[in-house]
Amino acid sequence: MKYHFLSFQSLIISIFLILALPAMAVQIEFHTFENEQRERLYLDLIAELRCVKCQNQNLAESNAELATDMREKTYEMVSAGKSREDVVNYMTARYGDFVLYKPPFKSKTLLLWIGPPLMLLFSLFLLLRVIRKQSKQDSKQLSDTERESVRNVLNSNSSSEK
Amino acid sequence: MSKKYFIPLIAFMALVALMLFGLKNDPKVIPSPFIGQEAPNFSLPKLYKPEEMVTVKEMKGQVWVLNLWASWCVSCRAEHKVLTRLIEKMQVPTIGLNYKDYGTEDYGEEALTWLAKYGNPYQSVAVDTEGAAGLDWGVVGVPETFVVDKKGIVRYKFTGPVYDEAVDEILVPLITELRKEEG
Repeated sequence: MKYHFLSFQSLIISIFLILALPAMAVQIEFHTFENEQRERLYLDLIAELRCVKCQNQNLAESNAELATDMREKTYEMVSAGKSREDVVNYMTARYGDFVLYKPPFKSKTLLLWIGPPLMLLFSLFLLLRVIRKQSKQDSKQLSDTERESVRNVLNSNSSSEK
Repeated sequence: MSKKYFIPLIAFMALVALMLFGLKNDPKVIPSPFIGQEAPNFSLPKLYKPEEMVTVKEMKGQVWVLNLWASWCVSCRAEHKVLTRLIEKMQVPTIGLNYKDYGTEDYGEEALTWLAKYGNPYQSVAVDTEGAAGLDWGVVGVPETFVVDKKGIVRYKFTGPVYDEAVDEILVPLITELRKEEG
């Protein structure tokens, strides 16, 4: 029974450890903000901006040194009363649209934006065509002689089994 | 055989081609938005003469190179010989931007030892302890090398350590070409 208790305890501990993992990855600096809006803006921005060093993380999740610098810059700008647009412009001027997880809609990103819906429409079109084609294949009626021969075969089969 | 049996094959080949293209693309190379833009200015103390400043503005009127480096950066050491060769061959004025190195808690005066050991090809070394100028130039990781034209426009960015072929095939022809342009 003691053994059972121990394993239950360790299970609980493991669950908590697993739950704590994402929290441990989160940024470590502590900032104070003048008001809640600014804090909200800062948190939004670091979630939206991409770390250019460790490319599949946002600024909030990344612990790369560059991400720290970029968070610092974001904090600096936000606490100086800069708007979201100001920060985004600052970052894109230096790192390009790459820094945005949501790239702007323009000729260069056209394929990125309309590609997936186009593919969806195209595959829906293909699917519809296949379905239509299949429904058009009307089953031919058997002629009387054919019907007779099929019946004979079926009958002979069932009689042989007996 | 009906043509439609080839469609999956063709689709597969197209996918393979797309993936091969993806393999050839280095996701770490981010196109710099500075190409064709004016070089961001900075005013930083010189490594050997901290009372004097290095500025981007004073480089105007000539083709020059900005190289971001640090003593803690292993690939900077790897590119140092190649970079030195480029600078000597082209006699191109080069500013070495010492990124988050000299004066930091971790590395102190390591940069001086480094340059004494491997040689100093730079016209001047700008000390960017905080990394603010680096961020202004959109640094992703050192080393990075920029070529700026006579008008002060950034014309080229090389991400990562420069290697011999890049010097001979890209940087030397580019600098030669840019020198022909009017200032």
